[in-house]
This record gives sequence, C-alpha cells and structure tokens, in this order.
Amino acid sequence: MDLGPHADFIVGAYIIATAVVAGLVVWVTADHAAQKRALAELERRGITRRSAESRPLQIKEPA
Amino acid sequence: MALIDLANPTRFVALVERVLPWLVAATVIAFAFGLWGTYLAPDDYQQGATVKIMFIHVPNAWLSMFVWATMSAAALGTLVWRHPLADVAAKCAAPLGAAFTFLALATGSLWGRPMWGTYWVWDARLTSELVLFIMYLAVIALWRTVDDPTRAGRAAAILTLVGAINLPIIKFSVDWWNTLHQPASVFRMGGPTIDWSMLMPLVVMAIAFTLLFISLHLAAMRNEILRRRVRTLMLTQAERAA
Repeated sequence: MDLGPHADFIVGAYIIATAVVAGLVVWVTADHAAQKRALAELERRGITRRSAESRPLQIKEPA
Repeated sequence: MALIDLANPTRFVALVERVLPWLVAATVIAFAFGLWGTYLAPDDYQQGATVKIMFIHVPNAWLSMFVWATMSAAALGTLVWRHPLADVAAKCAAPLGAAFTFLALATGSLWGRPMWGTYWVWDARLTSELVLFIMYLAVIALWRTVDDPTRAGRAAAILTLVGAINLPIIKFSVDWWNTLHQPASVFRMGGPTIDWSMLMPLVVMAIAFTLLFISLHLAAMRNEILRRRVRTLMLTQAERAA
C-alpha cells in the first residue's frame, strides 16, 4: 500500500488513535478488576450489603 | 425487563454483564469491516492518501459532540428527574468524551499539516472544539474535587448544561464564520458530497467508534456502581467502628 509523501502523518494518526483506544480499554478493564478486588476484600472481612442491612434495630426504651 | 427496572443499580449491573460481551463482539466486527473498507478506499483526487485520516478524524469529531449531548441528557436526568443512574452515566461519559475530542484534535492536526500547511489555526471550528476539550477536563476535575457523589453530580450537571451551548457553535461554526476548516460534507442539506466509495467506510467506522463508546460507557458505569458500593460499605464499617 503506497501512502504517498505524507505517510508519516497518516501512520501517526492511526498510531495515536490505536494508543488512545487501547488506553481506554485497559483503564476500564483494570478499574473493573480493582473494584471487584475491593468488594471481595470487604466480603472477606465480613462487611457485606446483607450484614449492613441486618444491623440490629435500635429501639429506645420509654423512660 | 421494564425500562424503569434500569433505575435499580443491581439490575443495571446484571443487564450490563449480559449485554457487554455481545457489544464488544459487535464493536470488533464493525472495526474489522471499517478498517478493511478504509484500506480499500481510493485516494482522493486532491488530497491523495491523506484522506485516510478522515476515517478516524470524522467519527471522533462526531463522537466528541455526541458524548457531550449524552452527558447533557444525563444532566437533565440528574437535575429534573433525579434518576439514580443519571449522574453515574454523566460521570463515566466525561473521560471517554475527552479522549474522543483529543483524538479529533490530534488527528485533525496531523491531517491539517500536509493539507493546510499548518498543524493549528485559531479558526472558529478548531477553537470551539478545543473549548469542548477544556470543558470535558473541567467536568472531570469537578468530579474529582467534590467527595460526595450527589453534590458533585449536581454541580457537574449544571456545568454540562452550560457547556451544551458550545455544541451548535461547533456544528455551525463553518457556516457562520469564514474558517480554514471545510464545511459539512456528510450531514448537510442536499445530501453528502463525498463519493460512495469513501462514504461507506466512513459510516462503518463511525458505527464502530459509536459501538466502542457504548461498550466502554456501560462498562465504566458498572465500575462506578461497584465503586459506590465499596464506598458505602467502607462508610458503614467506619460508622460501626466509631
């Protein structure tokens, strides 16, 4: 494929686009893994949404 | 699943987990067809092979405005209907929009140098697009400045709606002012002026980049919901410890 006298500009544009798209994919994937790890760590320590919901109800005794 | 069910973050995450693999597959296929079409597209009679930059520049320029329009709709959801996922959608779209706008500016500069003889000129289209990029960075900075997601969401929503004024300025800048940037050649009265052999791969690449945005946006929204879940659990833990 002959890209002519301005091949550097064409190739440069496609390299930048590929790098940015790859960066976005890596960022979103790594962020997902980090949040899953954080949730798993909290669960391991017994802190779950269910445990938060099943907190004993505080009823104030009448004086 | 009714549309109202998507207001429930748990159901939304479940839906994303189901839909995302299909969206990713569709994105990869669309890029494969788009890049193949780009490879086969003929050189322009004036620009030569540099016209190939158009196939990444134009979809990113369209997306830069489309993402801000999406954020504006989400901002209305936050301010008017207080939809629980509206500020999540807006927050997650901002970095993606910033990336697409950066790509529109960078590839435009690389296209401009051989065609116009300069990387940059302060004409209305380029300047208004640069303003859009700065607005994206401002929204991202605002989200990072305020700790409480609800307060940050409302402030970012107001900034987003103010910034939406820039969208028609970008679109019509080439008609309202005398610019070095060419006028619209696809979305215009009287139909596209681009030959079918170049228009087809351009449309496919635009579809591919749009699918990429939808995939990344849904994945980032899922991540944000999980992040807020982690934050809530840690606050609960801190309250118990106190």
